Amino acid sequence: MKKSLIFVVTIAALAGCETLYTPPTEQETQAVIKAGFRDRGIAKVERLNQSELQQQCTKHGNNPPKDVRARLEKAALATVKYPADGNWLGDFKLGERIAQTGAGLQWTDSPQSVAGGNCYACHQLSKAEISYGNIGPTLYNYGKLRGSGEGVARYTWAKIWNTNSFNACSSMPRFGDAGVLTEEQIRHLMALLLDPNSPVNK
Amino acid sequence: MRAAIASAALAATVAGAALAQDNTIIQIERYRQMLQEGNPAELLVVRGEGLWQEKRGPKNVSLAACDLGLGAGVVKGAYIQMPRYFADADQVMDFETRLVHCMVSLQGFKREELTKTPYSGAGQRQTDIESLTAFVVEQSRGAKIAVPQEHPQEKASFDRGRYLFYMRAGPYDFACSTCHGVDNQRIRLQDLPNFEKPEPAQRAFATWPAYRVSQGALRTMQWRLWDCFRQMRWPEPIFASQATVDLTTYLGVRAAGGKMDSPSIKR
Amino acid sequence: MPDPMRIRATAQPDGVDVRVLMSHEMETGQRRDSGGTLVPAHHITNVTVMHAGKVVLSAEWGPAVSKNPYMQFKFQGGKKGDEITVTWLDNKGETRTDKAVIN
Repeated sequence: MKKSLIFVVTIAALAGCETLYTPPTEQETQAVIKAGFRDRGIAKVERLNQSELQQQCTKHGNNPPKDVRARLEKAALATVKYPADGNWLGDFKLGERIAQTGAGLQWTDSPQSVAGGNCYACHQLSKAEISYGNIGPTLYNYGKLRGSGEGVARYTWAKIWNTNSFNACSSMPRFGDAGVLTEEQIRHLMALLLDPNSPVNK
Repeated sequence: MRAAIASAALAATVAGAALAQDNTIIQIERYRQMLQEGNPAELLVVRGEGLWQEKRGPKNVSLAACDLGLGAGVVKGAYIQMPRYFADADQVMDFETRLVHCMVSLQGFKREELTKTPYSGAGQRQTDIESLTAFVVEQSRGAKIAVPQEHPQEKASFDRGRYLFYMRAGPYDFACSTCHGVDNQRIRLQDLPNFEKPEPAQRAFATWPAYRVSQGALRTMQWRLWDCFRQMRWPEPIFASQATVDLTTYLGVRAAGGKMDSPSIKR
Repeated sequence: MPDPMRIRATAQPDGVDVRVLMSHEMETGQRRDSGGTLVPAHHITNVTVMHAGKVVLSAEWGPAVSKNPYMQFKFQGGKKGDEITVTWLDNKGETRTDKAVIN
């Protein structure tokens, strides 16, 4: 009796040592992650509830297969709200200020804070500003190279509103769709990019 | 001189950098070198050493019995093998989590009081946790980073940390990988190390904690993650939460073999 | 009691090289806290370094010197084994003196 008990105990101990490691499931991982954060100011934990776009882009390493890409881009384009009065351009001087400002939507920002586009974080724009990032392509001479036709304006608006319309899983935020910038602010950015007098096009 | 040549080489590899920007990078490197001498973090290391040895808290004991993974009170070389699994807590902990554990269990401090405001603000005296972290990480200077992946919980921590690293979320759709998963990226003029590659991961893990000149304070790894998530437009990470430990495990494993050079000094 | 200074003094062919790291807020008096209130000035106003009874460095500092100041200078006439004394005084009347041996 004693012998077989030791035998059983030994087997159990060996089995414990040889147990293969099983990675945590996605659900378990998401639960640990969400439990690791808390609301602060305007930044709420519900921000961690991923949208379809975020889930698919995460799942596919930001390089989704053709059919998924097409579906995401179509859905993104459908979110774009074009200006009701058809006025594409605002004031490029205000646009420059919006492009230079990086505040907004952080827990250190108040609900009344006006967000910036922080465009210079990732893009070159005017020649004068040498402190620019390279995460996105240069936008220097954006309007000069493309002209100011209706097609260009429509494309540029949609790109700023929801960049995933043309490039699913892009690194660029959805400035219109996510409510970062107002229609008025985007008009100013449009002017910065497309107005022939803008420093971007000089 | 070597640093200037290295900076020039670095400048050459930055895609699309204008000539004016090459010179900017060289000047920034020279500024960094000037700051190395007289790193104010030294003052905090001394303060931290005092706090480690002093009898404190309701139980009036020192941290001499605190086991950081190499035995009770062993501080030399301890920082580089965390995060790791601790059997007495049945948890994978990074250094700051383990320190809080020791301060609570050994010295009788209240966890809520220690973690309520874990980071000193501008012009405020640095917290005890910041001082103790400076002291302990100094004792690992020159040691090779060796975050363990033996225990199944350590492996799980890595897997969760990796998942978190790539998880896109929040109004800006940012993941850590958005900035730190690509070569040769920079925000404005701040280079962004690619943590998928060993060398950038080593440099990052080796140089945090750091004295942040612009803040006039020593900032720890927990702080570095906290400030990243703020700018990612994520909610606030809870100090020493499992999620933050897991992310540190991920970076630490990616940084294997790097030589600790902390506390360092940064902009 | 303010935190101690870190002092390193090494005898070199062209003089004694002294490096001092001081722990001090160096509050300019122009900064506002998160509530908008002006934070009062609190900074070092005088630094004196003594060697063998003589003043080898005397400095008057103001708000332009940054937090946790680091100072480096050379003086003549010292040798290995000698002691130097560094003293700072701030605008609130707080003071700190630390000694170091030249090596």
